Amino acid sequence: MNVDSIKNGIVIDHITAGLGMSVYNLLGLDSLDCPVAIIKNVASRKMGRKDIIKVDADIDLNLDILGYIDPGITVNYIKNSELVDKKSIELPERLVNVVKCKNPRCITTTEQELDHVFKLTDREKRVYRCIYCEVQAK
Amino acid sequence: MRHLIDIMDMSVGELDELIALAEDIIRDPEKYAESCRHKKLATLFFEPSTRTRLSFEAAMYELGGNVLSVSSAGSSSAAKGESVADTAKTVSCYADIIAMRHPKEGAPLVASMNSSIPVINAGDGGHNHPTQTLADLLTIKREKGRFDNLTVGFCGDLKFGRTVHSLISALSRYENVKIVLISPEELKLPSYIKKEVLKAKNIEYVQTADLLSVMPELDVLYMTRVQRERFFNEEDYLRLKDSYILTPDKLKGAKSDLCIMHPLPRVNEIAVAIDDDPRACYFKQVLNGKYMRMALILKLLEVNI
Repeated sequence: MNVDSIKNGIVIDHITAGLGMSVYNLLGLDSLDCPVAIIKNVASRKMGRKDIIKVDADIDLNLDILGYIDPGITVNYIKNSELVDKKSIELPERLVNVVKCKNPRCITTTEQELDHVFKLTDREKRVYRCIYCEVQAK
Repeated sequence: MRHLIDIMDMSVGELDELIALAEDIIRDPEKYAESCRHKKLATLFFEPSTRTRLSFEAAMYELGGNVLSVSSAGSSSAAKGESVADTAKTVSCYADIIAMRHPKEGAPLVASMNSSIPVINAGDGGHNHPTQTLADLLTIKREKGRFDNLTVGFCGDLKFGRTVHSLISALSRYENVKIVLISPEELKLPSYIKKEVLKAKNIEYVQTADLLSVMPELDVLYMTRVQRERFFNEEDYLRLKDSYILTPDKLKGAKSDLCIMHPLPRVNEIAVAIDDDPRACYFKQVLNGKYMRMALILKLLEVNI
């Protein structure tokens, strides 16, 4: 299968196989009007299988969202058909307005314009807790 | 500027300083009688409370200060839809320090992020109640003389009991503390506290539903009320509310120097007959709470005597 290489844009690589659509949706890539390719189940030496997303435009990505969904991802930045930067994504220490607190007792349910902020409390198990009520992100 | 939102905001050294200050206030209250003259404490209580609000107000008056009080959400601008952030900014213009109780978890943290004066969390829903923990720590210190090498039993509602969560976290920083968790299955200590506090700090703990079997080994027994306001379902509350009632009979196997504590208010978890037992410390706890709140107000206002 061939997907055209991109001239200026972003390649989100090493997405865990099966998570490509989640990454696509959470990053809001459906709202872009440039070409976007989701390539699923690509053979990978490191991962066995992986998903890849190619975006044919130079857009700002929320790396915190990527780190939260799938911290093994790498993001490649392409300019004039050349790789100019490569970022390995790590689990972010804080998430701001990435997930919403589901605790009905939390102040975030009533306070106007309050950011939903979660902090990483267990890196090994990828546990995030709301900074206000300490309930785990789901 | 410092706030007190969570008991873990304070280091062990800072807690030791506060306890030492509270003990000095107990020894010589006159020395502190004018220490907060011309200072104002705003008690913003958006949830019913008698003892905590009165304790804060008594503490401020005994330091020679004044009190501005909001005692229910219905009588405040919160009823008009004002945010906690705006309330904190506004009250910062009138007072020198805020004590806030709020039904929403995290509200005092939001207040502290928007206030230009120190904020004390006086209880946020089922989440934290650090000044109760200060009262508990002073009580343990005065009754047992130490925090290390203690076996501390927590009995009743360990799931929603915020005072239990805070005290376990505070005690987890001392050496050779053993925690005994006594509760019905439905009200067990949340697993995240077991994992992130007890297991993470290698604290020895046991869980049981049988109070009598563990009674002989306890140095401290911390009783709790099953709180109606924490349940969404009345049936669950009615089924669990009488799970543990401490009576003189049940104390037969207990140590002679056991320290029986309760954050109060009590409904029926401790029989009134126990009040005259020298091991009953829950009314001393109330008094200790006032002294610790006095010490805390002095520390956060940076008043040195």
